[in-house]
Amino acid sequence: MKTAQIDTYSTINWKTIRNQFPVLQQEVNGKPLVYLDNGASSQMPQPVIDRLNAYHSNEHANVHRGIHSLSQKATDAYEATREKVKDFINAGSLEEVIFTTGTTDSINLVAHSYGRTYLKEGDEIIVSQMEHHANIVPWQMIAEQTGAVLKVIPMDENGNLMMDAFHAILSEKTAIVAIIHVSNALGTINPVEEIIEAAHAKNAVVLIDGAQSVPHTKVDVQALDADFYTFSAHKMCGPTGFGILYGKKELLNKIPPYRGGGDMIDKVTFEKTTYNDLPHKFEAGTPPIAAGIGLGAAIDFLNEIGMDNIAHREAELLEYATKKLSAIEGLRIVGQANQKASVISFLLDGIHPTDAGTIMDKEGIAVRTGHHCAQPVMDYYNIPGTLRASISFYNNEDDIDRLAEAIIYTKEFFV
Amino acid sequence: MTINEIQERIIKEFSLFDDWTDKYKHIIKLGSKLEALPEKDHKDENLVKGCQSQVWLTADLDGDKIVFAADSDAAITKGLVALMIRVYSGQTPDDILAHNPDFLKQIGLAEHLSPTRANGLASMVKQMKIYAMAFKSKLVS
Repeated sequence: MKTAQIDTYSTINWKTIRNQFPVLQQEVNGKPLVYLDNGASSQMPQPVIDRLNAYHSNEHANVHRGIHSLSQKATDAYEATREKVKDFINAGSLEEVIFTTGTTDSINLVAHSYGRTYLKEGDEIIVSQMEHHANIVPWQMIAEQTGAVLKVIPMDENGNLMMDAFHAILSEKTAIVAIIHVSNALGTINPVEEIIEAAHAKNAVVLIDGAQSVPHTKVDVQALDADFYTFSAHKMCGPTGFGILYGKKELLNKIPPYRGGGDMIDKVTFEKTTYNDLPHKFEAGTPPIAAGIGLGAAIDFLNEIGMDNIAHREAELLEYATKKLSAIEGLRIVGQANQKASVISFLLDGIHPTDAGTIMDKEGIAVRTGHHCAQPVMDYYNIPGTLRASISFYNNEDDIDRLAEAIIYTKEFFV
Repeated sequence: MTINEIQERIIKEFSLFDDWTDKYKHIIKLGSKLEALPEKDHKDENLVKGCQSQVWLTADLDGDKIVFAADSDAAITKGLVALMIRVYSGQTPDDILAHNPDFLKQIGLAEHLSPTRANGLASMVKQMKIYAMAFKSKLVS
């Protein structure tokens, strides 16, 4: 359902959209909140909150189980999200959309289920220098169990992946390539099309961590030809505790369930259990039903604006913020890749990021400080961490101005 | 001075500040005046876990009293650790173990005491108490 097109951009009232986010209408430490930690979690608009309320008030029951009407109602609402996700990322079928508890869970599912089945000693798993820990640690764990080896694509000073090095590392031994689509720490948009094509030429399977891309741009998993693609509801205006694993049907059919329990079975005896069909085979136990329904409402909300419009608006805000912050003396932007999403990691000369973050919080500015779950990135730059402003379409130029003012105030504070 | 006397003095000192700006500037000043930790003590074994910035903490026994020394790469964190050193350094393990650092609430720094706060003041206090416990058993034996 690709509704809004780029030519509707000029007709969008971004102020009205912002006003639909109740959390943004508050003061923090006596100052109007400027929320720039969208990379960690986005906020929920009123339609999503209303949908959660309606579900809790009128529709709650367990899914996939009861013959009774309420259970059917909950199941219908929950399964409607699968349909919405399928259309949102252009998956081939509903069976290719697996519900998980988030990106981390999705990656662990693939690492354990696919990894344990197919990895053998000496096989290579390629990740990159800029992965989130969630796309490093599960692979390390599975490498330890199977004897596979982890290989790392290096990056340059600006935060671009060194693609020559990738092509050199890639070989017949490569079994899996697991890459972050958009870096949460640096904002780099990685050339995943090129990576997927090259990996497939060596018969390797590719997982793309899309936690920071799906919320900000149109993603078409079939056009990308990704084997697995993962993302989280709470970074795309939905609730926490819910996420997606997209996988090609033929791959998902070949791998065993990751967790055992209710919903994922066909027939259970003490001698043998047979598994349910896709997608339920991977969905053991009672899921976060409300969160799943909330994601459906979030997708409707995003579709109404249009992902192209969202990408356009965020590019505009990124350009404005980059210009504004670059003009501040003693501020260094960490990560200046050729292709960037609306994330600005930065450092202030002589001021520790946590000190700066503390003072900025007092000014009502919510930014993230620290290593952003990407310690290898910080090690590369030999820094303890950064401050990170991650911008969403519901931010505005005024937020950026307030950020810049708070940075200048922080600099003066530590003089 | 006893822990309680030091604590009272700190509460009085902080009562002079009526906004957070002055309070934080004072904390930073306390940190800048903290006696330097020898370079050799800036090692991983001395790092306090649970702080977003790095905090190195050492403890030695001087008679029956514990002498703490510390450093941090972040100015506010360093000020907070300096404050705790002022309270606990030169005290006996028993006194340190018996003390509840609730006075931080009275000087408006309660938010920093939460175990989930990334600046790790709670971790520092915990580490100081662990040292006190270790030295206590050493003194007994």
